[in-house]
Amino acid sequence: MEKIFFLIFAIMAIASAIGVVSLRNPVHSAISLMACFFQVAAIFVLLRSPFLAAVQVFLYVGAVMVLFLFVIMMLDIRKATISRFVPGGLFWIVVILIALVYEILAVISKSNLLARRVAAVRLDGTVAEIGKTLFTEYLLPFEVVSVILLVALIGAIVMGKKEIK
Amino acid sequence: MSHELITMDINTLIEVALIIVKVIFVSLTLFALPIPLTWMERKVAGHIQLRLGPFRVGPHGILQPVADMIKLMFKEDIVPDKADRRLFWLAPLLAMVPAFAVYAAIPFGDTVKIPFVDKEITLYISDMNVGILYILAISGMSVYGLILGGWASNSKYAAMGGIRSSAQMISYEIALSFACVAVVMIANSLSLLDIVNAQKELHWNIIYQPLGFIIFLIAALAEINRIPFDLPEDEGTLAAGYHVEYSAMKFSFFMLAEYVAMVTVSVLAVILFFGGWNAPLFLPEIPIFWFVAKVAFFIYFFMWIRFTLPRYRYDQLMTIGWKILLPLSLLNILVTGLFLL
Repeated sequence: MEKIFFLIFAIMAIASAIGVVSLRNPVHSAISLMACFFQVAAIFVLLRSPFLAAVQVFLYVGAVMVLFLFVIMMLDIRKATISRFVPGGLFWIVVILIALVYEILAVISKSNLLARRVAAVRLDGTVAEIGKTLFTEYLLPFEVVSVILLVALIGAIVMGKKEIK
Repeated sequence: MSHELITMDINTLIEVALIIVKVIFVSLTLFALPIPLTWMERKVAGHIQLRLGPFRVGPHGILQPVADMIKLMFKEDIVPDKADRRLFWLAPLLAMVPAFAVYAAIPFGDTVKIPFVDKEITLYISDMNVGILYILAISGMSVYGLILGGWASNSKYAAMGGIRSSAQMISYEIALSFACVAVVMIANSLSLLDIVNAQKELHWNIIYQPLGFIIFLIAALAEINRIPFDLPEDEGTLAAGYHVEYSAMKFSFFMLAEYVAMVTVSVLAVILFFGGWNAPLFLPEIPIFWFVAKVAFFIYFFMWIRFTLPRYRYDQLMTIGWKILLPLSLLNILVTGLFLL
């Protein structure tokens, strides 16, 4: 039963991910990306972490994608659908793709990263437990991430500011 | 062994059947709710403005929503030339589905015992341990319907409405969530069931969180696009905003989503701040009754506001959201934390 659901979500996630890169209209791509995020959230639910699923929907689908759409709608869609992103056509895309797949496979087969499993913390999916682990065991990474976010925030404000003469 | 398996199977089957029955019951109720609500809204509007409101169809105009429904069903379904047909079709669904999906996590009461069968039934579809997060996340998704509806219509008024709504909903979602955070801090849980149970015996959150409630209420008004924050459909400057090109059933989907969203914020206000299904004062506990009564009060309250206040300007809207509500909600969290320590 669970396997069937997983397959449904996984196939839909991959299909919508392909849609993101293959659709011509940027707005359609954005919608596909939203669908993809949603399927990933569903997979999180199957993995017994409803908190991650809710956060995924909340942040990615609810906030990030809306901002994406907001920007895309300001574009000239007709021009964007005609113009090509990569010059030189399909050839270079295929070359880069093959190189990327080869590298990923090489890393997976050579490293023992997957076998080690990064610090298996027993989480029962409860929010309290996630909070505790974040603020004890992973306190430093957590703080570093917040500083990076702050830097991004300040950067956005500086770039968005009109120049004062 | 095999006997045990079979009985277990029957029990799980009953559980599954119960959930399906609950889901069907809740969604049918939600589908039907706009019928009395539209009538009530027009009546409230009428009486506030010293008119009678609808009066012709049926006694006191009570059949007016039915007449409206028939009209909406048989109207021509117009798709504008050069509209993005697929998204134009998808947008009303994207507006409506999240509005309904929210109710998977909303509890209407604790448990009731069915007489004769001697079986306890829970008055919620599921008690998630991330309930409030789920509700905020899913209800935040309904903005897609507005944005895409506005964009796909290929009309400048609709596009303006869509863009306004996305900016507005993102701005006020933050204050709304922060107002909920303070409640979560008091209850020590994200589950709505726990939040209500923490408010037993008149320890309602409104007593401890008056500021949080005001922030919640204002942000909720903005989230459901009602006056004084109904700029996405500002008829004075945008004709009708994001749904200006919609007609017939697609239009009614948007309206349905809007009414269900109003019910949702009323339900949330009751659950988060007014003790859920706990009886007020020392009145006897009656399952569901107090819950419905409180929700009905808030629905009336939102209608009352609509016909009392004028609309804000767009820059005022942004100022209220970012410069007043957001700092206040942060302050509220800080003060709540100080009291809890």
